[in-house]
Amino acid sequence: MNSAHDLGGRHGFGLVAPESEQSEPVFHTDWERKALALTLATGFLGRWNIDESRHARESQHPVDYLRQTYYENWLSGLEKLLVEKGLITEEELKTGQALSKTNEELLSRVLKAEKVTEAIDKGGSSNLEIDTPPVFQVGDRVQAKNHHPLTHTREPGYVRGRKGLIEAHYDSHILPDDNSQGKRTGEHLYCVRFEATELWGKDSTSQHFVYVDLWESYLDRA
Amino acid sequence: MTSHQHSTVPSDPELRVKSLESLLVEKGLVDPKALDELVDLYETKIGPRNGAKVVAKAWKDPEFKKYLLQKPTEAISSQGYRGRQGENMKVVENTSNIHNVVVCTLCSCYPWPVLGLPPVWYKSAPYRSRVVSDPRSVLEEFGTFLEEDVEIRVWDSTSEIRYFVLPEAPKSFHKKTLQQLESMVTRNSMIGVEKITDPDNPL
Repeated sequence: MNSAHDLGGRHGFGLVAPESEQSEPVFHTDWERKALALTLATGFLGRWNIDESRHARESQHPVDYLRQTYYENWLSGLEKLLVEKGLITEEELKTGQALSKTNEELLSRVLKAEKVTEAIDKGGSSNLEIDTPPVFQVGDRVQAKNHHPLTHTREPGYVRGRKGLIEAHYDSHILPDDNSQGKRTGEHLYCVRFEATELWGKDSTSQHFVYVDLWESYLDRA
Repeated sequence: MTSHQHSTVPSDPELRVKSLESLLVEKGLVDPKALDELVDLYETKIGPRNGAKVVAKAWKDPEFKKYLLQKPTEAISSQGYRGRQGENMKVVENTSNIHNVVVCTLCSCYPWPVLGLPPVWYKSAPYRSRVVSDPRSVLEEFGTFLEEDVEIRVWDSTSEIRYFVLPEAPKSFHKKTLQQLESMVTRNSMIGVEKITDPDNPL
């Protein structure tokens, strides 16, 4: 979806103004710690995947997305998923009081303290093998599709319609567009090299390239 | 902000988190000790010192550097860093004429096992919007001034591949111990917004 999260090339946000690396804490408030931990812990319940999680944050009103801090966006996304997936009700979210019991199957999936390190170390790969060979080879010239799905996609707006070269083939991975809709599909993934002048026009700086990972269905041969 | 329809202004996030936490604990959906464990992991164990160790080793050990560039996930795992948000790593090497810098324009993808959680600026709209279109001015804000003929490569982390910059070694690297080198590696140099400052050969 073409919403506020798709920030590449936007103007008007001002300077980066980084906090010093030496003094910036990992979390700026205690509630940020909790927002991270709750998001990670509930993710292990297996009721949603990373793309559904991203989609929940992105599909907020763009004004909310841009006004809120990063962890506020995480919190909004988490509240939305918990309700949508039926883990809590709107009423429970509003009151903070449990009105129903959690079923046994779900309780058996709860991440226990002693399993945390193991679970984080294990991670979850996005690789998904498929039978079809890759359509493109390294060095092929491709054009990113000019399409505008209303649902989640990982093809940023600034590459759509633009031409580049296949830099690398990264095997096949779960397609985020389908994954965000709860459907697991594997597709070949490529890294595409774009010249800055192709993306930003002839006045853009020379000696500047942007590499973007794009799935096969995002690309046409050019 | 009255002309658009969006949800009512959310209440204080501190209250919202507190209320959500107690609800999820009451429903048995989270183990409070697991929450503490997760926070502790990212606050004290998984952070940019991990990445600094990998970089220093690559500078000192050419065989490891080759391994790191060819099989990054495996090489990093061999040093004990693996898992969530680092399942598929790619290492890009900075040299005197190529400068790599990493971003996630769509959200905040970042190589957690080697760098920990991203700093606020990495997740911010100014960085995400500008570094793909105007990287030189963004780098200058970090005090990084590149020669005109240096090629800039910006890596937008749109997939689950996680990018990690191997910064250019300081000129005095052969005179330093592994530990000394580790302490010179900044988090920002492994994102690609800074170069390594060499106290023996200041710019």
